[in-house]
Amino acid sequence: MEPEYAIIGGGIVGLSVAHGLLALGKRVAVYDEGDNGIRASRGNFGLIWVQGNGLNLPAYSLWTRRSAAAWRDFADEIEQQCNTRLNLKQEGGFRYCLNEDELADVAEQYRGLAAQTGDDYPFEVLGHNALRHEEPNIGPNVAGATLHHEDGHVNPLALLRSLATLVRQQGGQIFNSITIDKITRSNSKYALFSGKHELARAQHVVLCSGIGNRTLGPSLGFKASVRPQRGQVLITEKTAPLMRRPSDVIRQVDEGGVQIGASAEEVGTDDRDSLAITAQLAAEAQQLFPALSNVNIVRGWGALRIMSPDGLPIYQHSKTHPGAFFVTCHSGITLAAAHAKFLPLWIVGHSDAPDLECFSEDRFETHPN
Amino acid sequence: MSKVEPAELVIIGAGPAGMAAAITSANYGNRVVLLDEQPSPGGQIYRNVTHSTHLRDKILGTDFQHGRALTSKLKQPQIDYRPNAKVWRVDDDGQICYSIEDKATRITGKQIIIATGALERPVPVPGWTLPGAMTAGAVQILLKSSGLLPTQAVLAGAGPLLYLLAAQMIRAGVPPLAIVETQQRRDYISAARYLPVAMGNWPLLGKGLRLLAEIRRAGTPRYTTANNIKITGSSDVQGIQFSSSGKHHEIECNCVLLHQGVVPNTQISRLLRLTHSWHPQQHCFVPNTVAHGKTDNPIFQIAGDGAGISGALAAEHQGKLCALNALQQLGAADQTIIETEQSVTLKQLNREHRARPFLDTLYAPPTEALAPASDTIICRCEEVTAGAIRQQIPKGCTGPNQTKAFSRCGMGPCQGRYCGLTVTEILARENALAHDEVGAYRIRAPIKPVTVSELASLHE
Amino acid sequence: MKLTRIEPLADNEITFTFDGKVISAASGDTIAAALLAAGVTATRHTPVNGSARAPFCMMGACYDCLVEIDGVAVQACMTEALPGLQVQRTTLSASIE
Repeated sequence: MEPEYAIIGGGIVGLSVAHGLLALGKRVAVYDEGDNGIRASRGNFGLIWVQGNGLNLPAYSLWTRRSAAAWRDFADEIEQQCNTRLNLKQEGGFRYCLNEDELADVAEQYRGLAAQTGDDYPFEVLGHNALRHEEPNIGPNVAGATLHHEDGHVNPLALLRSLATLVRQQGGQIFNSITIDKITRSNSKYALFSGKHELARAQHVVLCSGIGNRTLGPSLGFKASVRPQRGQVLITEKTAPLMRRPSDVIRQVDEGGVQIGASAEEVGTDDRDSLAITAQLAAEAQQLFPALSNVNIVRGWGALRIMSPDGLPIYQHSKTHPGAFFVTCHSGITLAAAHAKFLPLWIVGHSDAPDLECFSEDRFETHPN
Repeated sequence: MSKVEPAELVIIGAGPAGMAAAITSANYGNRVVLLDEQPSPGGQIYRNVTHSTHLRDKILGTDFQHGRALTSKLKQPQIDYRPNAKVWRVDDDGQICYSIEDKATRITGKQIIIATGALERPVPVPGWTLPGAMTAGAVQILLKSSGLLPTQAVLAGAGPLLYLLAAQMIRAGVPPLAIVETQQRRDYISAARYLPVAMGNWPLLGKGLRLLAEIRRAGTPRYTTANNIKITGSSDVQGIQFSSSGKHHEIECNCVLLHQGVVPNTQISRLLRLTHSWHPQQHCFVPNTVAHGKTDNPIFQIAGDGAGISGALAAEHQGKLCALNALQQLGAADQTIIETEQSVTLKQLNREHRARPFLDTLYAPPTEALAPASDTIICRCEEVTAGAIRQQIPKGCTGPNQTKAFSRCGMGPCQGRYCGLTVTEILARENALAHDEVGAYRIRAPIKPVTVSELASLHE
Repeated sequence: MKLTRIEPLADNEITFTFDGKVISAASGDTIAAALLAAGVTATRHTPVNGSARAPFCMMGACYDCLVEIDGVAVQACMTEALPGLQVQRTTLSASIE
């Protein structure tokens, strides 16, 4: 049967939206690329992250916090229905600072954000000794950290796998190894093409294909202002528990390895890793946790974040193509709960839909490319 | 941080291909850096040949001793041989990161010859992770490097190495309890048509027949057309079960040595994102090369078994050809002299290739080793079973990378060396896709684990 | 698994320790060879399921022979057994969480 909603992109973003639309009783089909597609969903850092988000737009802070708050229910539901474990932990997360000035600056920024968002922003500033109490293995050169109690992390690959299972369980169709390279509108329906072949028609289409949105967006009337930004990540061998909470640059994953990351480079779609950056990441990690020095790195990789000009998500209903939606963000894990629970209400035009006006493309003057 | 050392020609691996390449280059007066992981040259085939004993020489035979013809020529000023060098990163601009005694160093080659040889094909049968289960090659290494042999071993699988090891164990007075051979009657029939061409390398076939005669004289039991192999034991190997000629057998033993031939070690060529193709006769991926070793990247050539399995003697010729190509690229030798040497070497190489299709077909790996039953572990590191891979398929996994993300298969320290081919095979069969369509794991640096401090030491 | 030396150890013998136990080896042996020769069955237990493992490939490819020296996990088959070396089983046990 013809889907009501065709989702382009079967990563975390596409599957979260698909899951939510299915829960609203919609017929959904997801079109996903093959094994070698560019996949942020396979290379990310697994954080459900709140602190520091939205310093330039408090509404974004609220949006990520709303998602973080919804994550526990979201995870419970997935774990129950898929009989799996996502190992969600939301016991707070650190932003480490190597000097006092940086720590003071960060704290000041957070206080400013708190003031703009109703003074409800549960964070603490920890000096070195207080931090050492929380993280006994922290390095002597770390001045301190901010601890935000709503931060956390999850196994992102288990999430991806579970969402793929759940969407199918809910009756959604997922087509793999398919590249949709053209979408046209005729008779108030969208026709999806791969090469010359028309694969399907749908009343609505939701673009969730990450960097692929750049190619598909303009033909549906979107500015499609997204670009890839490379992040590099290292993972160590499984090691004894070394850290209690995640941070934005280092975390110990549920299987025991330590993940080290947080670089940002503008290198187009080159998703390789480099010696210069991986060596820098290793040096920084060693400074944060000196005990890591002796731990073996088993793998490194590069992955591409999907960035808008201001780094914030884009949620846009096409002005020229009714029923066509553009969804993108660089924090698909954090926002997965919001994308599953709230965004679909906006897509179907429900009265309880969140106000996403500030994430419209209208904020960008022109096409950046 | 240390500076990057510049070099004209760097060779990775001091097996027959790498040694021959280094010697050829030196013969033309060209300086070469030869990096090798082991403490002494020879690769796995001539492992420890420079420190062998009279007794080991006798057991291992003249083919092994031939290695000294190469190692003896490494001691010359033009060859900068660096043992114990673990290469863990290679970039497409020719920069190589390696560590000696945990100290990380960088070198950049204008030309690089990858001569990292082969790995034994994974043989994922039930029980293959138990202590006491090893590869046949592992025991050859124990024999060559330490004069050690298992006293109660059963050899299981297929391929010339199995007979060679059996004969060597017999000569050492520690014969295997039995040889369990997996080649089937149909393999002999399929191989027969390649026999006439293979006769062109009669010395090789003759050697094989002499090995079989030696095993027969020793009275070592041989179980032919075996299948359903299972290694038993709970905390270590207690025995092996299998069917042979339709009958169930059980042999008590504390060591099972598995072998299903060797496959190219493609870690560096994959890391460099060079293109590879499926080799249907050898059941493995082979990096695409032209003119005997040239890859998609003009800096890199691949010599020896890493470019497709051809054996030690062929590897020597290939090493030579790659060195000649590199010298040509570097403008380091006279064109006409190079061409003459190329044509002579090519003839020798072609002779070595003649028996390959026959051997590859006769000793083709059986289905049970390629795509094992669902309860068999295929990823030794993360302990993922074949069944767990099959379970990912309805979740939309058409290739090994999504499968890896979904199952953790291939995420351990061996970086997929011992599960990669199995995952590709299972996906190809279950999804009815060609191996080339399924593809292989993306390989990332470090290709061998390095400590955080080792990597950090290269931070500028 | 039981291994035999085809040549006598004679004056070639060195010793090191594995989890405190004295292991005798021939000079030039790798730690993996020496442990196998000394009759050590499982040289480690995996961090995933705690299953017993021992050297498998002897050529630095499979990472099943990991042991610890000075707190660093190394491949026993790629490390020479030097006199007096203190080698430990890897300490990581299964199920980290």
